Amino acid sequence: MAKRAAPEVNAGSMADIAFLLLIFFLVTTTIEKDKGILRSLPPIDDSQTEPPIIKQKNLFTILVDRQNRLLVEEEIMDIKDLRQAAIEFLDNGGSVNAAGEPCDYCRGKKDESSSDHPDKAIITLKHDRETSYGTYIEVQNELVAAYNFLRNREAQRLFNRSFASMLEEKEKNQFNKDEKLNEDIEMIKKMFPMKLSEAEPDKS
Amino acid sequence: MSKFKKKKGGDLPAISTASLPDIVFMLLFFFMVATVMRDNTTMVENTLPAANQVEKLKKDRTMFIYAGKPNSQYKNLGTEGRIQINDAFVSLDAIQPAVFEYIATLNEELKDRVVVALKVDENTNAGIISDVKQELREANALKIMYVTSVSKED
Repeated sequence: MAKRAAPEVNAGSMADIAFLLLIFFLVTTTIEKDKGILRSLPPIDDSQTEPPIIKQKNLFTILVDRQNRLLVEEEIMDIKDLRQAAIEFLDNGGSVNAAGEPCDYCRGKKDESSSDHPDKAIITLKHDRETSYGTYIEVQNELVAAYNFLRNREAQRLFNRSFASMLEEKEKNQFNKDEKLNEDIEMIKKMFPMKLSEAEPDKS
Repeated sequence: MSKFKKKKGGDLPAISTASLPDIVFMLLFFFMVATVMRDNTTMVENTLPAANQVEKLKKDRTMFIYAGKPNSQYKNLGTEGRIQINDAFVSLDAIQPAVFEYIATLNEELKDRVVVALKVDENTNAGIISDVKQELREANALKIMYVTSVSKED
């Protein structure tokens, strides 16, 4: 008897099956795209040293109450004006820093009654326990935006590129470190150090 | 009998579709690899606030903490804001152990670069967040990220 050849399996429907799976995965795929505002918390300080006395003019106080209203430097302010107010405060440069150097890159009004130097300028934020988180983030966003605006301005002036592009390049080359670039970034960060303190809300 | 037989018919030969399954499989594998099934089901309402000064989140060193009021499935728990870590509602005291547990699972070189991502509903009270932050300070996990949706620069 002749040996019978095994019949070939019909693979015509394979494409259909693959398509079915493909469409399933296409529909269920969500490319993760989490982004957010990165902040550092202050470490807990147990030492009993007196906190240094900070002049009132070097403080930029922001209060957010439970109705999500803003009180900035004792005045009611709209959130859309906050960024400009913070920029003006940080960029004022009315006097000298701790080392006695004047702020030669500040372009502010050099107002005697506002901050001395970006090194000394501190923004304090205090919110109520019942402030909504959405408003709180909005305020944070505006303050970070103020710092980013100033850092970006200096990066444009000194290196002729945006601060964001410098950070991006650093991120891309994280395995072969570019010392020059890191130094440049640190320098700009030092020009406008992010001094943003958050007070704990009152327990009531 | 001529040696050169005329080719019969002028119609085009059918395009071979034999490689179609291969192409489809290739796409299939791409999407299979790129797909991440949600590893956490949120038990709290989670509408993120919008911001535009955002940075990318590094997934390999990030621990997620959710907060918000319980969603419709867990209505019986009331409307107070609650904290969720890994599929369970937790109290404030449980945050520190959870952070240490997460850090222990990380690679050696990432251990001191841990980031805690806070995914918090925009209608929550900010008070609960400052409690969470206090716990994180005590756990010495000082880098935090407020996860937000991205709004356009105005």
